[in-house]
Amino acid sequence: MEKKKLERRGPCEWIAQPTGAMNVPVILFADEGLLKQMDEMVFQQAANVARLPGIVIASMAMPDAHWGYGFPIGGVGAFDPDEGGVVSAGGVGFDIACGVRALRTGLTVSDIEGSKAQLADLLARRIPAGIGSRGKLKLSMAELDDMLSEGAKWAVDRGYGTHEDLRFIEENGRMAAAKPQCVSDHAKKRQEEEVGTLGSGNHYLEVQKVTQVFDTIAATVFGIAENDVVVSIHCGSRGLGHQIGTDFLPRMVKQAKAQGIDLPEKELACARIDSDLGQEYIGAMNSGINCAVANRQVLTHLLRQAFADILPKARLTLLYDVSHNTCKLEEHDIAGRRRRLYVHRKGATRAFGPGHPAVPAEYKHVGQPVLIGGTMGTASYILVGTTEAMTRSFGSCCHGAGRAMSRTAAMKQWHGTDVIRNLALQNILIRGASAKGIAEEAPGAYKDVHAVVEVTEAAGLARKVARLEPLICVKG
Amino acid sequence: MSAAYWEHFPHPADMGIRGIGPSMEAAFEQAAMAMTAVTVDPSVIAPRESVNIHCEEQDAELLFVAWLNALVFEMDTRRMVFCRFVVHIEADHLTAKAWGEGIDLHKHEMLVEVKAATYSELEVRHRDDGLWIVQCIVDV
Repeated sequence: MEKKKLERRGPCEWIAQPTGAMNVPVILFADEGLLKQMDEMVFQQAANVARLPGIVIASMAMPDAHWGYGFPIGGVGAFDPDEGGVVSAGGVGFDIACGVRALRTGLTVSDIEGSKAQLADLLARRIPAGIGSRGKLKLSMAELDDMLSEGAKWAVDRGYGTHEDLRFIEENGRMAAAKPQCVSDHAKKRQEEEVGTLGSGNHYLEVQKVTQVFDTIAATVFGIAENDVVVSIHCGSRGLGHQIGTDFLPRMVKQAKAQGIDLPEKELACARIDSDLGQEYIGAMNSGINCAVANRQVLTHLLRQAFADILPKARLTLLYDVSHNTCKLEEHDIAGRRRRLYVHRKGATRAFGPGHPAVPAEYKHVGQPVLIGGTMGTASYILVGTTEAMTRSFGSCCHGAGRAMSRTAAMKQWHGTDVIRNLALQNILIRGASAKGIAEEAPGAYKDVHAVVEVTEAAGLARKVARLEPLICVKG
Repeated sequence: MSAAYWEHFPHPADMGIRGIGPSMEAAFEQAAMAMTAVTVDPSVIAPRESVNIHCEEQDAELLFVAWLNALVFEMDTRRMVFCRFVVHIEADHLTAKAWGEGIDLHKHEMLVEVKAATYSELEVRHRDDGLWIVQCIVDV
């Protein structure tokens, strides 16, 4: 991206003052290197978001931002319902509440060395992954409605996990604003057999080792130390979430004019928060969040069963569960005034700092764990939210490495079997998915996750706690 | 040139699909092939059974995305992949038939699932050379 339209506000922060129809500035969090790699479209898309009604402070892009659809991936925008603010189905995206869950195992690397291949094979058999896979559950419409109302609690009440798990999920695993009656039968139909499935693309279940601890205090609070084995699950709301987006986007496009909204592009489809359509979407989208956390909860159960069969010593406890495609109603202090805002995070993670009431009691004095997914061959990170992020980015930070190369280019550059072989040389076992699917997700197709995390820390959006490297990766 | 064909165009995270043909219908059919090819090589799919699809929208662009999303719905709920399409459009109403078969992982090497067709890079255009070009980004 060219720097000439940007003014540098700090080592890792750039601002472009509003021009034309923009209501607020664009703020990009990046160093020179990441900024250079960022597509021009990131700026264009962030500037489009700045034009939407009721946006507060700025349209922001996190350090991993890349060209998305509508919002940039890595985009954050907060809207005030009392100032004509909007909720955007395009701003949340199709994979509502796609997110990452991390679990401690109570094991260290030496505990699993002898049974790594056996564990990889069992996980690949037990975790439904990839296109066309079905979950172990088939839900009736009535059960689906219960799941959409109750979220992860629905799963726990049916024996998938423990009530203790719920405290370590954002909003305790249940969005109270969910209204299953706002979700179409088409969307529910897509979910009938998809509860407890991983999906495909960049979704995965990974067994990882903690290779470095940066912040011993926070790591101790989160219950992890070097050489520990943890498991991360990256997936979302499956067919139901995708269909909610599909259902609401055209409705929002068609109503925009009547609501006085001039859409910069159709994919930014949105509705006033105080309109019937806006409220209906909020009810549906919150149901989508509940679906995603219920999905990760059922997968957690399958994961625990697999570990119990091979490594009975393991105790899988939930470290935390974050969603990175959401719009949530939150309170933020803006220029000394407490305001209730609808914060869109599209490919951005909530990163609330110490003392925030939403953070579980055990973690409250250090802040919220922030789970950053990497690639099959590099690393993932656990960060912690900061007080600074509350004032700079509505308590938000990056969500992953972010793609640097298109799928088409990745397919041309790599063969899946070579990728798998190279990773095996690094002692990383890959299971599931097709060779071609693996090539599209080759580690080289992503940005340098280390650089993204360093910049996130330097920008004050979150602090590094630990680095995790893959041992086993089950790809969707 | 009157032949109908499809192609992909790059997007950093997702995939661009494009259909080109002598009529809007032919271009819509080709775009459906392009979308299939995001998930699986269409040449390995056999047209064993057919599914009827209907959709309606207020303009051609919205109708195009509605058509693709109707196919996504059928692929997801029936666990099917499609390789042949016949589309009829009258005003803002589309009726179509899609032929394909159930997913068979031994036969179909699956790449990545399409979550939805988006309005990003959306275009339905009758070019000066007489060909129709239709395109959008699909979210994967």
